[in-house]
Amino acid sequence: MEDLKQELKENIVEQLNLEDIAVEDIDDNDMLFGDGLGLDSIDALELIVMLDKNYGIKLTDPKEGRAIFESINVMAKYIFENRTK
Amino acid sequence: MNSQYHITSFCNIKNNTVSLNGSVIYNDENNDFLEFIKAAYKSFETDYAKFFKMDALSKLAFLAADILLKNEGLKQEEENNIAIVFSNKASSIDTDRKHQNSIQNKEDYFPSPAIFVYTLPNICIGEISIKYKLFSENSFFIFDAFNAQHLLDYTNSLLATNKTEKVLCGWVELDGDHYEAFLYLVTNEGSITHNKQNILKLYNT
Repeated sequence: MEDLKQELKENIVEQLNLEDIAVEDIDDNDMLFGDGLGLDSIDALELIVMLDKNYGIKLTDPKEGRAIFESINVMAKYIFENRTK
Repeated sequence: MNSQYHITSFCNIKNNTVSLNGSVIYNDENNDFLEFIKAAYKSFETDYAKFFKMDALSKLAFLAADILLKNEGLKQEEENNIAIVFSNKASSIDTDRKHQNSIQNKEDYFPSPAIFVYTLPNICIGEISIKYKLFSENSFFIFDAFNAQHLLDYTNSLLATNKTEKVLCGWVELDGDHYEAFLYLVTNEGSITHNKQNILKLYNT
């Protein structure tokens, strides 16, 4: 699980072009949206694509992402339980 | 032809050099475009994290506009009555190709929303408008080459009909390794008369 969390942090920083944020600055419980990392709606769509591409998880309703993308901890748990690759 | 309007400032970005009103303010010969524009952006100490999420054309247009508008002393908490009239030849082809590549293989079909949203050239106008709270007229024209006469006529029309107080206009071209930005600000005041001859002269600076 720790490896998955680290992988998620690296992918988020790289794929969402978070130039001013280092992987080590992201706490497992940090809010990814709002006051946390400050991700926006396009970032949410990118995360949905990332779930599909990297882990074989298809979210048919983008609203599902609101709960899944709450934090690295929540996201890693969801991926661990639902991944198909 | 005499004009009642004037060019108050202009910015050129090309050949790894950024110039303001004809004076070089940043130069970095050793980098490709993306490294160059990022280093230039950081050198001007603009704190705007969304810059890094923009496509290449928007980064080019945003930086040139930011350099000009910073000098205007605008109040960022207030709406600013500045129209934007941009033009180029390549439209958004550079980003269009990236998007095309992401959907080329049906077995590996993962289009990126962050790339797709930039597959229109006028998105760069939106980026500038968000930062500077510009809600006035805006247009993006596609020409075979820099068209000073069209920019002149359109800008004069916007000002003459009181659609705006100022016009930020020019050329922002990007296709692969080729890039070139020439933006200038037109108002009622300034030392350079707004006419075709002067626009062409500044474009070729």
